Amino acid sequence: MEVRRPIEPLLWLLFSAGGVMSALLAPVVLFLFGIAFPLGWLAPPDHARLLSVIGHPLARVAIFVVCSLSLFHWAHRFRYTLYDGLQIKHLNEAINSACYGGAILGTVAAAYLVWQIP
Amino acid sequence: MNQQVAYTPYHPRWHRQRISTYWWLERPSYFLFILRELSSLAVAWFVAWLLLLVRAVSGGAAADQQFLEWAGHPLVLALNVACFAFVCLHAVTWFNLAPQAMVVHVAGRRVPGWIIAASNYAALAFTTAAVVALLLFRW
Repeated sequence: MEVRRPIEPLLWLLFSAGGVMSALLAPVVLFLFGIAFPLGWLAPPDHARLLSVIGHPLARVAIFVVCSLSLFHWAHRFRYTLYDGLQIKHLNEAINSACYGGAILGTVAAAYLVWQIP
Repeated sequence: MNQQVAYTPYHPRWHRQRISTYWWLERPSYFLFILRELSSLAVAWFVAWLLLLVRAVSGGAAADQQFLEWAGHPLVLALNVACFAFVCLHAVTWFNLAPQAMVVHVAGRRVPGWIIAASNYAALAFTTAAVVALLLFRW
């Protein structure tokens, strides 16, 4: 018997929104800050400029939204990866709590970190 | 699952094939599917990386410099290269599926799939250019 969970459509919506956000922004962010700047392919922006970019009110909101939605995307997809890939149905409750709980904790952390930008 | 197939009077029991835990190694398309699904881990790492960067930049110029040096460590660099490859896989598979997920009608006619996919790639190009311009161009 399928158990009806009214929260399921919301989770799919968050998955989808986070999928779009991360597809649009993750490649450029990881490429610049994870590869190009550390390897010296491109000169990184100086600290004052970085601070003024991420400290702008719109940027703060954007960083928070992108982080939160991307985490819910991760939570939803990873839950099903474990479900399909490893067939560990008996651990469903624990997996769901860990995935969505992790996304909620990450959202709180993102809110705090965005808030404390000087 | 109960593996024993025993005789039971009047009640049939269906024999179900046990699926191997490694079913996704059987075909290239299954393997690509599981790689695509695993890209969510790279998305989670992208969030962690962005938040660590925000924390470092908030902590002042020294913390920022320290973060950049840590990013140059071979293991961190290798992780970032792997995650970059996975988020690219995520972006490509996501945008290629967009026409199936979004059915748009304009003036009573369905918008062709390639236009939807193309507009997604245009959005990717635009956001990438916007981030690069914000960070690197001199105004």
